Amino acid sequence: MCGIAGLIHRGKSSNVGSELQGMLQALKHRGEDSTGYALYGDTDGKNFIMRFKVGENVGEGSSSIMEDVSVYDERKKIVDQTLAEMGAKVVKEERTLPYSLRYELDYNVKDLLEFSQRIESIPGVEILSMGKSLEVIKDLGNAKMVCDRYSLDKVVGTHAIGHARMATESGVDIKSAHPFWGYPFSDVSVVHNGQLTNYWNNRRVLENKGMRFMSECDSELIAVYIAEKMRDGATLEEGMKASLTGLDGVFTYFVATKDSLGMAKDTMAAKPLVLYESDDLVAMGSEEIAIRSVLPQEIDTYDPFDGEVKVWQI
Amino acid sequence: MANLKTVSKKSKAQSMGMHTEVLTGRTQQKFFNPDEAENFYYFGTYDVDFNKRTDLDVKDMTAPEANKEIDNLMSQGYGTIVIKNPQGKHSLGVGILNKLNLIFEGSLGYFGMGSCDGPIVRINGRVGWSCAENLMAGKVVIEKNAGSCFGAAIRGGDLICKGSVGARTGIDMKGGTIIIGGDAGAFTGFMMQRGRIIILGDVGINLGDSMYDGTIFVGGEIGSYGSDAVDAELTKSDQDWLKRKLKVAEIGENFDVSKMKKIVAGKKLWNYDNLEPTEKKGAI
Repeated sequence: MCGIAGLIHRGKSSNVGSELQGMLQALKHRGEDSTGYALYGDTDGKNFIMRFKVGENVGEGSSSIMEDVSVYDERKKIVDQTLAEMGAKVVKEERTLPYSLRYELDYNVKDLLEFSQRIESIPGVEILSMGKSLEVIKDLGNAKMVCDRYSLDKVVGTHAIGHARMATESGVDIKSAHPFWGYPFSDVSVVHNGQLTNYWNNRRVLENKGMRFMSECDSELIAVYIAEKMRDGATLEEGMKASLTGLDGVFTYFVATKDSLGMAKDTMAAKPLVLYESDDLVAMGSEEIAIRSVLPQEIDTYDPFDGEVKVWQI
Repeated sequence: MANLKTVSKKSKAQSMGMHTEVLTGRTQQKFFNPDEAENFYYFGTYDVDFNKRTDLDVKDMTAPEANKEIDNLMSQGYGTIVIKNPQGKHSLGVGILNKLNLIFEGSLGYFGMGSCDGPIVRINGRVGWSCAENLMAGKVVIEKNAGSCFGAAIRGGDLICKGSVGARTGIDMKGGTIIIGGDAGAFTGFMMQRGRIIILGDVGINLGDSMYDGTIFVGGEIGSYGSDAVDAELTKSDQDWLKRKLKVAEIGENFDVSKMKKIVAGKKLWNYDNLEPTEKKGAI
């Protein structure tokens, strides 16, 4: 089933970590195999923030394997060496969990594609997000568990999207959890509720064009599909509109960039979405109770129609 | 109370060795008799006084707790209940088979007012997916917007949304009337079998797709017609009925109903004559 939620404050920052936690926790009955956050925090914009994992947290049904911490340490060492070879200086390092790391990098990245390919050529290493504002945090469990584990409730920023997952198409592990980074674009993330039926056809075409897939989760296709459109010069909104015909199946998804948040709904309107829109805040989720967690007062909300695409700026 | 009797004459299925078990036990079935409408009641329903009014704050209640409390208040004779702080909770007000004035001061989540038979409901907010699913009688008025599958499979009653509604409004409806003050999404009236839908605004693609019967009236633009949905002539009696209904619904009283489009089933998809023998053959 899965639940998605997102919000964007326009003209100000807020405690988006705590707000998104409340929204996703309200949707936990839609799935709590894993929960993921894409938070756009307030930063000085100088350094890149790289969230990456060197191992898996594995649940039932996953094809991934749980490994010894010493393996994670070894992989981390190789990542550090590779960064040094590329001239990237680690300004700040956080290791929240043995398999999950956050680096702030002083690095003049010319090509994120080449950078990412080198890092991810290290076996067992996956970049969860790369950007000057975006941080993707995802793990097994419900929203509160993940929020507590990674201390996300104090994150201040302008916008965020998140996902409460009931695994149906792929394993219960971090690599299949949402949000997906719009590789190799800085600060692009995607969450999705639905099923895509032309996943393999699109995947083959996109892989032939040099795009990368890390999981077998159909939702990853949306991130890669839009990233490829943007690589070819399309705007976010143009890429999303193209997806309405390019992607087959049922879907409601959100895409966020450094300064914008967008939603798209398939032409059959098969997946739910409730939307609240005002001059200073847009909040949306699979169910109204998600919005109620940040706006308990009486408000006007509505369901976007079939085939609708909307994009908001901060 | 209906009596269950053992049928002495064997049916064909029984003669083939099937369904031979003896029916025992009691039934609580009651059958509606129009001559006794005033005295008709469901098992487990209550005599209520519409002038006896109370508030119920459900902010800190779960949906089952809130529904149980509504039932408890009805058992005490309250005929007008105002629900405070529904806050988008799912499944509120379901399964009410009583005459009752129910007012929600706020919005409902999914499946609100499902399987009801008789209450008059006003929701001063929005409703989520599948509002009033399987409504049998009564009136439900939503002051703001509604989600998808609005009035799915309703059999009777009036379901009114003053704002706009999502996709698949009136899917599989078997009777009653749905009235929309704003726009409606895709697949409105999908596989509807009876009843009427009135939309004052625009409607999305595949209107009335695979509808068996029933009528859809549209005041605005139509995205596209669904399979076997066709235009029909808007008669004088249609217009009179529309005016009456819109007046009762408290919306569009000045709406020019003479310009509305009427959509019905083309009945080209009807194939009962072909299917029935096949099913009989399969059963034998």
